[in-house]
Amino acid sequence: MIQQQGNRFFFNVDWITVLIYIALCSIGFINIYASIYNPDKAAAGFDFGSSYGKQLIYVITGLILGLSILLFDGRLFNVFAPFIYGITLILLVIVLFVGRNVGGNQAWIPLGSFRLQPSEFAKFGTALLLARYVSTFNPKFRDIKSIFIAAIIVLAPLMLIMLQPDTGSALVFLAFMFPMYREGLSGYFLLIFLGMIVLFIADFLVPTYILILILVTVGGLFIYANKRKQKIIISTVLVTLVAVGYLFLVKIAYTKVLEPHQRTRIELMLGLKTDNKGAGYNVIQSQIAIGSGQATGRGFLQGTQTKYGYVPEQSTDFIFSTIGEEWGFAGCTVVIGLYIFLLLRLINLAERQRSTFSRVYGYSVACILFFHVFINIGMTIGIIPVIGIPLPLISYGGSSLWSFTILLFIFLKLDSNRMGFI
Amino acid sequence: MDQLFNRKYIVQGLFIVIAIILLAKLFYIQIISDKAFLSAESNVLKKKYKYPARGAILDRNGKVIVQNEPVYDLMVIPNEVKPFDTLSLATALDITTDDVRKNLRKARAKSNYQSTPFVKQISVQSYARLQEIMYRFPGFSTQDRTIRHYPDSVAGQLFGYVKEVSNDDIEKSEGYYKPGDYKGKSGLERSYEEVLRGERGVINTVYDAKNTPQGSYANGKYDINAVSGERLISGIDIRIQKLGEELMLNKVGAIVAIEPATGEILAMISSPGYDPNLLVGRDQGNNYMNLIGNPYRPSLVRPIQGSYPPGSSFKPIDALIGLQEGVIDPNTTFNCPGYYMAGNHKVKCEHVDGNISMRKGIARSCNTYFCHVFQNLITRNGMKNQRQTYQDWRDKVAKFGFGSKLDVDIPFERPGYFYNADHYDKVYGKRWGYTTVISQAIGQGEITATPLQIANAMAIIANRGYYLKPHLIKAIGDKNQVKKEYIKKNYVGIDAKHFEPVIDGMQDAVNSGWGTAVLSRIPNIIMCGKTGTVQNPHGKNHSVFIGFAPRDNPKIAIAVIVENAGYGSIYAAPIASYMVEKYITGQVTGSRAAGVEWMKKQNLLPAIIDKTKKVKLTKTDSLNIKKTDSIKRIKDSLILKPGITSKSVVLKPIQSKPALVNNKPETNQK
Repeated sequence: MIQQQGNRFFFNVDWITVLIYIALCSIGFINIYASIYNPDKAAAGFDFGSSYGKQLIYVITGLILGLSILLFDGRLFNVFAPFIYGITLILLVIVLFVGRNVGGNQAWIPLGSFRLQPSEFAKFGTALLLARYVSTFNPKFRDIKSIFIAAIIVLAPLMLIMLQPDTGSALVFLAFMFPMYREGLSGYFLLIFLGMIVLFIADFLVPTYILILILVTVGGLFIYANKRKQKIIISTVLVTLVAVGYLFLVKIAYTKVLEPHQRTRIELMLGLKTDNKGAGYNVIQSQIAIGSGQATGRGFLQGTQTKYGYVPEQSTDFIFSTIGEEWGFAGCTVVIGLYIFLLLRLINLAERQRSTFSRVYGYSVACILFFHVFINIGMTIGIIPVIGIPLPLISYGGSSLWSFTILLFIFLKLDSNRMGFI
Repeated sequence: MDQLFNRKYIVQGLFIVIAIILLAKLFYIQIISDKAFLSAESNVLKKKYKYPARGAILDRNGKVIVQNEPVYDLMVIPNEVKPFDTLSLATALDITTDDVRKNLRKARAKSNYQSTPFVKQISVQSYARLQEIMYRFPGFSTQDRTIRHYPDSVAGQLFGYVKEVSNDDIEKSEGYYKPGDYKGKSGLERSYEEVLRGERGVINTVYDAKNTPQGSYANGKYDINAVSGERLISGIDIRIQKLGEELMLNKVGAIVAIEPATGEILAMISSPGYDPNLLVGRDQGNNYMNLIGNPYRPSLVRPIQGSYPPGSSFKPIDALIGLQEGVIDPNTTFNCPGYYMAGNHKVKCEHVDGNISMRKGIARSCNTYFCHVFQNLITRNGMKNQRQTYQDWRDKVAKFGFGSKLDVDIPFERPGYFYNADHYDKVYGKRWGYTTVISQAIGQGEITATPLQIANAMAIIANRGYYLKPHLIKAIGDKNQVKKEYIKKNYVGIDAKHFEPVIDGMQDAVNSGWGTAVLSRIPNIIMCGKTGTVQNPHGKNHSVFIGFAPRDNPKIAIAVIVENAGYGSIYAAPIASYMVEKYITGQVTGSRAAGVEWMKKQNLLPAIIDKTKKVKLTKTDSLNIKKTDSIKRIKDSLILKPGITSKSVVLKPIQSKPALVNNKPETNQK
């Protein structure tokens, strides 16, 4: 009977997603191998002590971890969501005290030879609790209270991660806006968010007084077009005022809140500054490596920028530059294509769930992956400032790989169980 | 499913939009722009260039007249430099410690990672000293180079000079030249640059991000060996080139000698000249400025840029065209009362010979005779058709190479002036005739020619009716390739039979008692020639001689022009005769050898020929200041650096003071 049930669960697993998962992990392994490839050492045979050797172990253990998650009872995740969330929060607090400082961020808890990065695990903890909250109370996010509670769930880990400080990982938590949007949060929040980003960038490129002039003009025209609708007039005036205030806030926050290296990264991305040897070196070299791949790439192990170490952190955050150089535009298209296919499929899977819990969780998984992919690739090709977050399933690193595996396979488990009631 | 289901499409749409943005940017940097690809190459590959030796140049007897000398550039990669003993480096290089610091700063400003020149063109001696202590200066390396050496120290203007390429050259070459390359800038070095330069070699080395060499790139597949430039054989006979420059010492002018049968230029002297070795090595810049500033303009290549009226040397051509057109025959005589009346304008003649024949007319350079010939030529179709007959005559003369470039193989040749009928239409309307342009009959007035054109005209007479394009380089490379254009005979449209009577007159000019150049007769060699005394509106007449020898199977055609030297027979003709004798017999013998020495000592430099100094000033005070200033500058520029003057053959510091004060040449002593 148990055996039969197990078979049914495995049968219901979305194997296409698993295949994409394996494909991405393999691409990761191949490119990590290429990133640290050294002809002299390669002759000595496969080296389990090296990064690619470790990554192979991570992939295999990750796969085992994923498959064993499929053996759990899906209902457990719903039940234990608050506990998992709580544990990750505690870990996030612990890391602030005992964490190892790597690259300026207090993000790692040393566990023997292994280092744990709690921020990675906080993602699915938060996703689970958010799903639990939405499925339990079905808030539809029409009232301030429900938005406030959801915001607390998301912002608590976000703030703790900001304290490390690991801005990149913290930013990923903004991805939870999308599942909330799907569950009823007004689209205006997304628009306002988008508007904030646009104004933030515009504030650097255009003098503030011109921006104010534009805002006031647009607001004025809008009021003129709706001059009989008092309500719209009032809200427009409010929005315009807030936007103008935001402009000044950005200026102040920029100089007072952001760290100097963050300011530099933003300025580099916006082209306000060039610094090919200092802070801009990473981005420039990464773009050179990717661009030099041209249409079909230089071929496996043939990338000169990769082989001779011109791109720092190439096996972790800048792994995409290896793909770009050695596999060219064709390879990049395949990788981005795989990601987009995976993301679209995850959304489709989420939509076919009967339970709200599974759906919210599915959306969270897709959107977290999306943020990672967009920010990471965008960073390597210079359309986003340097934000150090890994490329899911491809970048070197156990914590990252395992956390994405857990994130994904929990959803696959929930999906395989979609006919049941949770 | 509720209406919120539709929000799925917004989220999925956002994913797709972002994916497209990422792919668009990737498409741009990977496929459209090749900037990244090029940067990647320059990241990884460092090219070390191997510079080829330029081709050597030999004279017609196989003597090397242009060769190479090894020098070394000391290069530095600033990033690899460790603190070092600046004093010992400075001592080895013969520079000061301040220079060491300054050069290092300069190199650093250029590039920290690339190999940049630190000190260029170190001599072999300094290099030997440096080699022993090089290990103490990490980051420094030497780069083999070669520079030119001219063993005979003559013919500076012909050889030209070689210099590091300018930014302009690099841009114009569309990628051929790279900073640090050398390029011929003038003379033969320029016109044969593509043959002489050879091919630059390159060694590609792969470097990693820490700037550690990782071995050769693709097993040296893209490395190139340097290929030396091709050897050139010139038609120059360096012995007479040297003799010519010595004879022209302290004189302004030009000599061109051509082998008529081949068009090869045997000697081409531009005086004052300079030692081509001055424009080599580290003092190149300073010496160049000195040459440019010299008022006697040694940088001018007078044989192809000087513009002289051909004067009486033009008369044989008049005779030839007259014979060809049938307006005279060899026995035609004209009466010379000592002048010729062109309308109411009097053309003077030096003699009163009464009835004079063509042969004697040439030998005695009778102006009257050739004015008559010209008159007959232009008026042969009646007074109304003079415009047409003038143009016809002009075209026939032009076939001798006047009025257009001869395309000699060194740059910056000038065509000289020789006007078409149109020009006179413009100046005089329709109202002009032979009397208006009569001065051209005797090679004066509106016709000017380069010494090369004049010598070439002489080669045509020597060849009895044709010439080969005059050229300095007769064969290129190991295969001794000859340019096709140099073996083509260019006929001038005069029948061979007409030449002998004219040559008779020219033979008499040198060899008979009544000739103008009889003092320059060469024992045992029949030289045919023609003196000329060119009226010079700016000062004393120019002395001209043209000729060829021997009369049968001529081996050399020559034109000599000595500016401000008076009669052709006094300076130009003897100089030509010495050159001819030396070329044909190998030496100048007997009493004539003393004549050579005397000639070398003559100083005929004019006071000032610096036209740029003609400054219009109203205040007499400032005029005086300018004058003294310019004289001082002339003196300064003539006194070159002591180390150099010993090498310099031609431009010895002359006694500039007497020349400036007393303009009269020492002919009075005779």
